[in-house]
Amino acid sequence: MSDPEVSFVELNGVQTRVWRKGSGPRIGVLAGFGGLPRWIPFLDRLAERRTVIVPSLPGFPGGGRGHAQLDDHLDWVVATRRLIGLAGLEGADLVGSSVGGALAAEVAALWPEAVRRLALIAPFGLFDEADPPADPWAQRADAVPALLCAEPENWRRLKAPPEGANSIEWPIEQTRASEAAARFLWPLGNTRLAKRLPLVRAPTLLLWGEQDRVMPRSYAERFARAIAGPSEIRIIPGAGHLAELDRPDEVARAILAWTA
Amino acid sequence: MKLMWFHLMPYTELPDDFREKHPSVWVDIHSSLFDPKRAHHMYNDFMDELEYAAECGFDAICVNEHHSNGYGLMPSPNLIATSLARRTRETPICVMGNSLALYNPPTRVAEEFAMIDVISGGRLIAGFPVGTPMDTCFAYGQNPSMLRERYLEAHDLVIRAWTEKETFAFNGRFNQQRYVNIWPRPVQQPHPPVWIPGGGSVETWRWCAQMDYVYCYLSYYGYKAGKAIMDGFWAEMDRLGKDRNPYRAGFLQFVGVAETRAQAMELYREPAEYFYGRCLHVDGRWATPPGYMTEATQRAGLSSQVAKAAGADSTLGKGTQERFAGTAKDMQGIVERGYVIIGSPDEVAAQLREVATSLNVGHFMLLLQFGNMSKALTKYNTRLFAEKVMPQLKGLFSEWEDRWWPKPMAEAERAVPPDFSAAPRALAAE
Repeated sequence: MSDPEVSFVELNGVQTRVWRKGSGPRIGVLAGFGGLPRWIPFLDRLAERRTVIVPSLPGFPGGGRGHAQLDDHLDWVVATRRLIGLAGLEGADLVGSSVGGALAAEVAALWPEAVRRLALIAPFGLFDEADPPADPWAQRADAVPALLCAEPENWRRLKAPPEGANSIEWPIEQTRASEAAARFLWPLGNTRLAKRLPLVRAPTLLLWGEQDRVMPRSYAERFARAIAGPSEIRIIPGAGHLAELDRPDEVARAILAWTA
Repeated sequence: MKLMWFHLMPYTELPDDFREKHPSVWVDIHSSLFDPKRAHHMYNDFMDELEYAAECGFDAICVNEHHSNGYGLMPSPNLIATSLARRTRETPICVMGNSLALYNPPTRVAEEFAMIDVISGGRLIAGFPVGTPMDTCFAYGQNPSMLRERYLEAHDLVIRAWTEKETFAFNGRFNQQRYVNIWPRPVQQPHPPVWIPGGGSVETWRWCAQMDYVYCYLSYYGYKAGKAIMDGFWAEMDRLGKDRNPYRAGFLQFVGVAETRAQAMELYREPAEYFYGRCLHVDGRWATPPGYMTEATQRAGLSSQVAKAAGADSTLGKGTQERFAGTAKDMQGIVERGYVIIGSPDEVAAQLREVATSLNVGHFMLLLQFGNMSKALTKYNTRLFAEKVMPQLKGLFSEWEDRWWPKPMAEAERAVPPDFSAAPRALAAE
């Protein structure tokens, strides 16, 4: 696993990290709950065949404190749209996981020309009282790893401070990632995305971890029904909510096939 | 020295096995535990107790706001305060307070506080807490990432609503109102004294200094845990060039007075253990909505140097639930750690004098009712304190002026509500 190329773009005056690796047609990735404090094997699998571009969402690791100036959902959607452009992802395929999936779907809905084909991994954005998602912010700290991953160690590995990390700033950055997601999704994760899904014309792959303990499987059908473009649901055995952490090979393979 | 009598209004009949059978006293406490007919008596007893404290000569009576909470039955302290305004004559009423970000529009707070100030003839102390995570983010669904910004903006709006003479438009980040013009306007000018209950964040201390507000540290862990916080506050006041007027600060303290220390141990054991055992039993799920604690405060909590200086019992940089979980729950520990000050009147007076001077705090908010303490014991504690402890503390800090105390209308100018207890007899006689 080699390191990606790191560059920065200025979004709303905040230096925002963009990772880039591989060659071939571009594919963008918007991170899930917790963000990407480190490069992960899933991105390497994509980079074997594609140019993977990973812009950090505001407030998520690499996104500074950009979330602090986004006050409503329109601010978030516009910031994400601008980020797609700044990162050089105009018209490229786009992957959005979990909380990042909610924003990827918004961009595909409102700016159809910006997204070629779309892959959503257990996206947030909808809420059904009869089958509510888990509340990722109302958890005892020791319950979080098993909530987000089928194999809790995969979450712990994502969040463990690397050697030489600042022991004070690292945990603050991880809390900030959770805060940034809360800033546009609190308290239910319902961004009223349901109203805009019929505008999504991009062919959309819906990936769901078989053991997702956050987002009920029924939401896959909800997305598939509402999206205007063609869609397909793929269940990933052995994976939890952040399926790309639990089963990087299978998730990458499915996305590469969908966007080929 | 100001001695203020504070009521949390705890539900007094949580079951003995509450800790074992129920995950939390707060947010998702089960409705089946609430008996409205029993609560009818609790509310009326609690209001009697507040009125009794006023009669006994306490400097103020205090109420506060909690939501979905088994130890705080006042989602709206303003309702209680208004009733107290009619049932007391002289005593200032401290509403500690209204969590500004929970009111939409926040001018509601400006209006209701103005109503209380007008009805009471200018006796209101206006408290503006941010509110705990449980109250604000969970019970009221507020976004933890925007709570403080909303709070600060709501504060600006309330102060302008109280002070601007003309109708104005408020073009805020979170609040937009085309026509702000509240009726009624407060008696106290330019506005009632503002007190800020806060944790140990430097930002809050600076803000209080800048706005000239009273900073209150309201913890349930007494003077030992609060020492580092108050030391930090005064060090910051020194840095900012502010004087050490003890009336810049308020501090909450549980107290149990009896004839002797041994008797106090016996009398107050049950209510203290009820409070620290059952009332502070909060599920860790509600501990840390992300963004509620500022990054500066997280940094202070994580920085070993600061934490070490503050000591293991310190509450610095700890979230509410974390503080709750670490408490002593038996009377011995409760007293040893200083959560509850107990003893004979002389012993209590000596301890409180020591706490007031070492923390340099001019406003004590005293919890003389706590947990499931009965009305009889509450009145005993209150009267004994008023008769035997209060006189020993009254003169403390007399060299300082309390610039943050209510300035009511002159007695002769104020309305005299009828004597309610006489009313039925008067009617019968007609």
